[in-house]
Amino acid sequence: MAKIALETQGNLTAGRSYDLGGNCCSGGAMALGDAISPAADLDDFINADPTAFAETDQDGNAILHTLVENMHCANCIKTIEQTLQSNPSVLEARVNFSTRRLFLRWRPEGVDVSDLVKPVIALGYPLTPYNSAMIKSAIAEENTHLLRALAVAGFAAANVMLLSVSVWAGLFSEDMGPATRDFLHWISGMIALPAVAYAGQPFFRSAIAALRAGRLNMDVPISLAVILAAGMSLAETIQSGEHVYFDASVTLLFFLLIGRYLDNAARSKARSAAERLLLLKAVAATIVLPDGKFKTVSVEAVTPGTHVRVMVGDRLPVDGEVVKGRSDIDVSLITGESLPSSVGAGDDVFAGTLNLSAPLEIVATKTGDNTLLGDIVRLMEAAEQGRANYVRLADRIAGFYAPAVHLLAAGTFIGWWILAGSWQNALMQAVAVLIITCPCALGLAVPVVQVVASGRLLMKGILVKAADGLERLSEVDTIVFDKTGTLTEGRLDLVNRDEISVRHLDLAARIGRNSRHPLARAVARAGKGAGEYLEVEEWPGEGLRSLVSGKEVRLGSRSFCGVRDDASSDIIPGPELWLSIEGEDAIQFRFQDRLRPDALATIKNLKARGFKIDLLSGDREAVVRDLAENLGIENWYAQKKPEDKVAHLKTLEAAGRKVLMVGDGLNDAPALASAYVSLSPASAADISQTAADFVFQGRDLSAVIETIQVARASRRLIFQNFSLAFLYNAIAVPLAVAGVVTPLIAAVAMSASSLLVCLNSLRLRLHGKGSTG
Amino acid sequence: MNVLIYLIPVALFLGGIGLAAFLWSLKSGQYEDLDGAANRILIDEDDDEKIS
Repeated sequence: MAKIALETQGNLTAGRSYDLGGNCCSGGAMALGDAISPAADLDDFINADPTAFAETDQDGNAILHTLVENMHCANCIKTIEQTLQSNPSVLEARVNFSTRRLFLRWRPEGVDVSDLVKPVIALGYPLTPYNSAMIKSAIAEENTHLLRALAVAGFAAANVMLLSVSVWAGLFSEDMGPATRDFLHWISGMIALPAVAYAGQPFFRSAIAALRAGRLNMDVPISLAVILAAGMSLAETIQSGEHVYFDASVTLLFFLLIGRYLDNAARSKARSAAERLLLLKAVAATIVLPDGKFKTVSVEAVTPGTHVRVMVGDRLPVDGEVVKGRSDIDVSLITGESLPSSVGAGDDVFAGTLNLSAPLEIVATKTGDNTLLGDIVRLMEAAEQGRANYVRLADRIAGFYAPAVHLLAAGTFIGWWILAGSWQNALMQAVAVLIITCPCALGLAVPVVQVVASGRLLMKGILVKAADGLERLSEVDTIVFDKTGTLTEGRLDLVNRDEISVRHLDLAARIGRNSRHPLARAVARAGKGAGEYLEVEEWPGEGLRSLVSGKEVRLGSRSFCGVRDDASSDIIPGPELWLSIEGEDAIQFRFQDRLRPDALATIKNLKARGFKIDLLSGDREAVVRDLAENLGIENWYAQKKPEDKVAHLKTLEAAGRKVLMVGDGLNDAPALASAYVSLSPASAADISQTAADFVFQGRDLSAVIETIQVARASRRLIFQNFSLAFLYNAIAVPLAVAGVVTPLIAAVAMSASSLLVCLNSLRLRLHGKGSTG
Repeated sequence: MNVLIYLIPVALFLGGIGLAAFLWSLKSGQYEDLDGAANRILIDEDDDEKIS
C-alpha cells in the first residue's frame, strides 16, 4: 500500500521538477543526502538563538516560525510533522510547502526548543528561525486583497449578467414591459454599484497615483470607463432609460482583476524565493569580551575596535584587521577569484568573505554599511535607480492610447451636440464611446502573456523576478558574462586524475576531507575511497600534515611539500597541490575550474544568433585569457573591480547597446543591477540574485538561450494582442461614435476581444510544449 | 412576472453563499499553501493501515 502510494507520488510529481528536485524521496532519504552535516546544521540553529524568535500566544504556549530546507515531497511533510508531533509537548507542527516554512507551537514548560527540533535536523532538514513579522510582505497582502476584490467582482458579474440576459431576451421577444425592465435595472444597480466601489479600488488607486505624478497609465482609461459606465447607468435607470451598462462595468472589472491577480501571484512567488535566500544567512557575530569570554551578538551591535572571532566556515561579519591566527580566506564573492588568499596577523580582511582553515580573531575597522560589502550594496542601489526609469510597454501604449480615446469621446460629444442639438443625448454617446474603447483586451494583453511565459520558464527552473524583465530582455543585443560561477561551475576539479595512482588519490582524499580549503575539497571529491579517520594537522596557507603507518604525509603547496620550484615543468598555469609521502617522490595534483557542460555550445549558439559577447572577470589575466580562447570570446577583460564592471556596462550603454549581464558573484551585483537586464544562476550570492531580473537553476547555461527565446516570443505575442485589441476598437469605435451601440453589443464585443487575447497568449504554452516535448 | 419576486432573491442568496464561502476559505488560510495541499493528499492519515 505504502509502496504504491510512493510510486504514484513519483509519477504525479515527475513533471514538476522546479520545486521537487526531480525525484521523490522516501522518508527523508533524499534530504539526508542533500544535507552536508546535520550536526553542523543543529549548531547553526542553536547559534541563531531560536529563543529570541519564539513568541508566546494568548494561552501561554510558545510559537516559533522557521524556514525548512531540503523538502521534496509529501513524505517530507509527513516525516517532519510526525517527528515533531511524536514529542508530547508539541501542540501543533505544520509545514507550509509552498513557502518552505514550518510553524511550531508547544508547551514551553521545561522544554528547550533545540531538543524539540533536533530529530528533524538530524533527518536532514536544516531549520532557520525567522521573525514572522519581518517576512509578512506587502505583496502577499496585496494578493489577498486582489483575490477578495476578484471574488466580489465575480459574484456581481454573474448576478448582473443573469439579470441582463433577461433584459436582452425581453428586447428580442418584445414582451417585457418597461416596469419589469426598470425593476431588473434597479436590482442590477444595487448589486453593481457597491461591487464597483469595492472591486475597482486597485485600479482607482493606481490611476490616481499616475495622475498625481503627471503620467497616464492603462488604469486611467479603465477607471474612467468603469466609473462613467456605472454613473451613467444609474442616471439612465432613474430616468427609466434603456442604455444601462452595469453588466459591462462589473464584467470588465472581473476580467481585469483576473489579469492583475495572475500578474501579482507570479511575481510574489518569485520574490518569496529570493526573500528566503536572504533570510537563510545568519546575521550574528561572535565578539570577544575584554575578559576573554565569547558572546554572540547581532552584526549591528559590532562597533569598530571590537574584537570579533570568526570560526572556520563562517562568513566575516565586518571589515577588519587580523589580530590572531593564520587562515585561508575565500574571497571569490568579492573578487571572483577561485583560489583563496592566505592571511595572517596584520592583514586586512573584508566582510562577506569566508574563513576556510583556522579560527581567526579580527579587530573590526568598518562595520555595517561602511564595509566593502556595504559599498557594493550602495553601488548596486545607485545602479538600480537608473533602471527604474524604464517605462513598460503597456504604459507606453497607454501614453498615446488614453489621450486618443479621450479626444475621440470629446469629439463625439461636440459632434452630437452640434448635429442633434441635445447635450444629454450627446453625453450618452460620448460615454458609450468611452465604455466601448475601454481597454479590457489591452489590460489583459500583457499580464496574460507574462503569466504564461513565467509558467513556461518556471518549468525549466528559471524564475522571473522583475515584472518587466521579459520586455527588456527581448530588446537585448549584447551579452556580458562573468567568469567564475557563471561560465564555469565555480568550483575546482581535479584534472590529472589519470596520472595519479588510486592509492595516492585515496590517501590524499582521506587527508583532504578534513579541510574546507577548496583544493582539499576537490581532492576529497575526486577520491571515493573511504578509510579510517586520520589525525590531520592543518597549516593555514600551506597545507595538511598527517601520520600514516608511521610515515609523515603532507598535502599542500610546493614549498610545504619540499618540491623544488622547477620540478614538473608543466605549462598549465592552474592551481596545484602536492602529496609527499616520507621517502617517496611528491605527486602533483592539478586543478581547474571546469566550464559548465554546455558553455561552449551556448556561446556558439548565441554568437550565431548575432549577439555581441563580452567576458568580464575579476580573476587574473592568464586564467581569463585561457578561458576566453577556449570559448571563442574575443572581447575579454580581466581583473575588473565591481566599479569597473559598472563602468564597462555604462560605456556599452552609451554606445547604444542593450546589455544582458549574466553573473553570480557579489562583485557582479552592481553590474547586474546597472545592466539593461540581468540573469544569475541560483548558486549565486544572495545579493546577486536579489539584483538580477531572472534566476536560473541547474548547471545548464542554455537557460540563457531559453529565456531569451521565451522573452522574444512573449514580445511577439504582446504585439499581436495589442493588434487584436486595436482591431476590435477599429470595428467597435465607429459604431459607438455613430451612436448605434447598445449594452448588448458592448458586452459581446468586450468579452469576445478579451477571450481572443487570452487564447492567443496561451499559444506560447503550446509552442513551448511542442518544441521541447 | 411575479415569480421574479422570489427567484431573484434566491439567485442572490445562492450567489451570496458562494461568495461568503470563498471569503471564509480565503480568511482561514486555505490559499496559503497550494503546493502543500497538492502533496498532502498523498499522505496516509491512518498509520495503522501502513502494513498491508
